[in-house]
Amino acid sequence: MNFLLKKMKKMEPLFEKGGRLEKLRSVYDGFATFLYVPDKVTTKGSHIRDYMDMKRTMIIVVIALMPALLFGSYNIGLQHTRAFGIIDWTLMNMFWFGLLKLLPLIIVSYVVGLGIEFIAAQIRGHEINEGYLVTGMLIPLIMPIDVPLWMLAVSVAFAVIIGKEIFGGTGMNILNPALTARAFLFFSYPGWMTGDKVWIEGLMNGGGIDAFSGATPLAVAKLDGIGHLPSAMDMFIGTIPGSVGETSVIAILIGALILLVTGVGSWRIMLSMTLGALGMGLLLNVAGTGEYTQIPAYYHLIMGGFAFGMVFMATDPVTAAQTNTGKFIYGALTGIMVVIIRVFNPAYPEGTMLAILLMNVFAPLIDHYVVNANIKRRLKRVRTA
Amino acid sequence: MEQNEKEPLLSAKNIKLLRNPLGQDNPITVQVLGICSALAVTVKMKPAIVMTISVMVVLAVSNVVIAALREKIPGRIRIIVQLVVIATMVIIVDQFLKAFAFDVSKQLSVFVGLIITNCILMGRLEAFAMANKPWPSFLDGLGNAGGYGLILIIVSFFREFLGSGSIMGFPVMEKLGVYNFGYEDNGMMILPPMALITVGLIIWVQRSRNKSLIETK
Repeated sequence: MNFLLKKMKKMEPLFEKGGRLEKLRSVYDGFATFLYVPDKVTTKGSHIRDYMDMKRTMIIVVIALMPALLFGSYNIGLQHTRAFGIIDWTLMNMFWFGLLKLLPLIIVSYVVGLGIEFIAAQIRGHEINEGYLVTGMLIPLIMPIDVPLWMLAVSVAFAVIIGKEIFGGTGMNILNPALTARAFLFFSYPGWMTGDKVWIEGLMNGGGIDAFSGATPLAVAKLDGIGHLPSAMDMFIGTIPGSVGETSVIAILIGALILLVTGVGSWRIMLSMTLGALGMGLLLNVAGTGEYTQIPAYYHLIMGGFAFGMVFMATDPVTAAQTNTGKFIYGALTGIMVVIIRVFNPAYPEGTMLAILLMNVFAPLIDHYVVNANIKRRLKRVRTA
Repeated sequence: MEQNEKEPLLSAKNIKLLRNPLGQDNPITVQVLGICSALAVTVKMKPAIVMTISVMVVLAVSNVVIAALREKIPGRIRIIVQLVVIATMVIIVDQFLKAFAFDVSKQLSVFVGLIITNCILMGRLEAFAMANKPWPSFLDGLGNAGGYGLILIIVSFFREFLGSGSIMGFPVMEKLGVYNFGYEDNGMMILPPMALITVGLIIWVQRSRNKSLIETK
């Protein structure tokens, strides 16, 4: 490792102001801080610097995504064998099949997204932002496996340029970029993002056993009635059709544990979002009319993208509420919105994506009122004294 | 007054009235007026072009009428007088479209009638025609409607091309055969939000080319 460090130090003057490769300064910076902890030293004021900078934070989120990614790969293979009536595949067969199908999505997502980030950083003379490390991994995990690669590339470009760069890059965006990409695909090419076939590798190109339905549990509940839902155990483990990373609640919970232990993810948002969805689900169970309202409340937590959205999307520190009280309000409202969209909107069986995007927009407003309430409370104290 | 009458019809000042609204003083991208109809009628190019012509006729004629009457209109009721003139023109255009271009008129539906509420019209009548002679007012009306129409046509070009794969109803994408390679039309371009984003992108391009338009706080 020392060898590499020496090599990089030797190259550094090239990228300094006036050096030959000055234009590529942000590229060098990006790689150097990616490989090594930055050696910046403070010159005045407090001399304590936290090594937990943005890059480490992002890497932890990527690590937390791994269980969902690995299980997702296995599940792609599993669903494929079920749909095509293959009986002699071992677990490893399924896993490798899925991983090889998933890999192109990951590569396209990173190449397009990072490419745009690099160009934007060069134009603006910024450092390269690490934010895309997570976004680039999230995007393939919330896509249906059969999505055409060019559509993925277009949606990634849209999300990074319109969703992020025009607001000023990482940390300035209003909407979660990964969900922006998904929403763009969802409204642009609905044929590839909804329906019974897109969730299982190979079904869109024809084939598969006759009368095999690849519908997700949410679509099943809406079309066939809630009596046809898969068992809660299947949904919890994740052996059901769905977007790549969203199906397995167990794998996502392992990721959540990593985020909570390291303090990267906000427990306030996760807790309040769970309670919000659970509360709204229970309310509908008691007071709602119509079959769809009678889905057991806890089913909402294990169906569709709720768990994945809660752990990895809603907790995004940039787009969520910033104040602690605000986080509770933001999380609870997101949970409530998920259930409302799922139950009452006939067009969209899944509500997690839209609920989180909607609350992203409201997060600054929530913060504003939380801060104002605090100011009012303290002013009162001053006046009485 | 004597000097002004000797001024040639298309003097530099008058040319400016015609040209400025197309670029650096564009009603949509710079003044941000008339956005609502820009979102509504830009799914296809044909209605956008018809809309442009309609607004051009209404605005130019109303401008001339108000400019001619400007010294006779009592200040306190001028808004009502302006509205009556615009409404008259809009009804004439609407009836004309219904008689001679029924299909397009159906596509535009209420939006022809809603020209009355287009912010650009009241803005020009109040800000320009009330203080200028008929001929400059006529040019100003043409220029502003032209600037409005220019953006409308650019937006509708992209929305129709990417959203429906055609230009002026001619199926370009199909003739190119790109559907065979797995290309699909972008359904979101047909939805209103994409019109807003397209206008936003045009504003972005315009401001990065013309730095003087960037507001400083």
